[in-house]
Amino acid sequence: MIAEYWTFIVIAVAGFLATDIWRWLGVFTGNRLNEDSEALYWVRAVATSLVMAVTAKLIVFPNGTLAGTPLWLRVGAAGIGFAVFLATGRKVGIGVAVPMALLVAGLWWVGF
Amino acid sequence: MMDAMPEHDDRNALSWFFTGMRGLLSLPALILLTSIVGFSAFALESGLTRAEAVFMSLGIWALPAQVILVGSMASGANIAACFLAVTLSSIRMMPMVASVIPEMRTRRTPIWLLLILSHFIAITSWVFAITTLRNVPREYRATYFAGFGVTLTLTGTLVVGVFYDIVSGFPPVVAGILFFLTPVYFNASIWASAHQPVVKIAFVMGMILGPTLALVTPQFDVLCAGVGGGTVAYLIDRARRKRKHAGQEAR
Repeated sequence: MIAEYWTFIVIAVAGFLATDIWRWLGVFTGNRLNEDSEALYWVRAVATSLVMAVTAKLIVFPNGTLAGTPLWLRVGAAGIGFAVFLATGRKVGIGVAVPMALLVAGLWWVGF
Repeated sequence: MMDAMPEHDDRNALSWFFTGMRGLLSLPALILLTSIVGFSAFALESGLTRAEAVFMSLGIWALPAQVILVGSMASGANIAACFLAVTLSSIRMMPMVASVIPEMRTRRTPIWLLLILSHFIAITSWVFAITTLRNVPREYRATYFAGFGVTLTLTGTLVVGVFYDIVSGFPPVVAGILFFLTPVYFNASIWASAHQPVVKIAFVMGMILGPTLALVTPQFDVLCAGVGGGTVAYLIDRARRKRKHAGQEAR
């Protein structure tokens, strides 16, 4: 009986609870912050840095199939794509399409 | 989505809920749903049943935490070790939620509602919130976010259930290319939505520190990059603001 549901219990405790306690703490903290308060500047900076650290790691140390592709190709595609995005008036569509096209072209070129 | 102007206050809550729902057809939502297809393949390969994968998507709703939990479970870690690994990766939820709540609530928004809504905050909906909430009248922001967040979570969970055994037939390079969508989308959208210099400085700090610290402290890299990079960005920005202020006073 317990064994049958054990995986669900693990997901509920080590997954749901382990994640949502931080969301709840975020609500209690955020509820005390005023918009444009000095503390909110810091919290915004920390949140942005965290998300960008996760993002950069997805490019530099990816999981799965991409892990077998050359690092210079992934960093080059993302970097050149971002530069084009900045140079062309910061349209998100361009910021996505250019690096994707560079990655696909590069993978084809190295014979992946 | 972007046609919402703050002065049109005559719309009712249900209409704002639907406006939020329509965000499901936006680029970020479609990119996330595509990367969820990749998760569903990973869950299948790691031996999770369809019901377990669906329960995990709905219960956690944070892709990095889900990947870590599946990985820990597959390696035979016990429940305490699984909890520790997941909770370390989820600490980032606290500043993410805390930075959105002041923009989402009014003085009368009940805390229980914010606690429920917080479950739907993950990277994609965080970006959605920081880019679009300012276009919505304050009293309808929680409703609008609920429309987007709840719909996205339910659709994402449906994708896990439906694609569970379809994806194994895809060529692996397709999954790899789809995987690349997520980071390049975050690069462009977070930069485009950064209205304050502090956010741009923090963006650059996180970008540099994330991969660097991954080599130094693989367990705490994201946390250190966030708190360290964010604090440095804040201090640089504060010095910049003070200098600007002093410059104005001298004149």
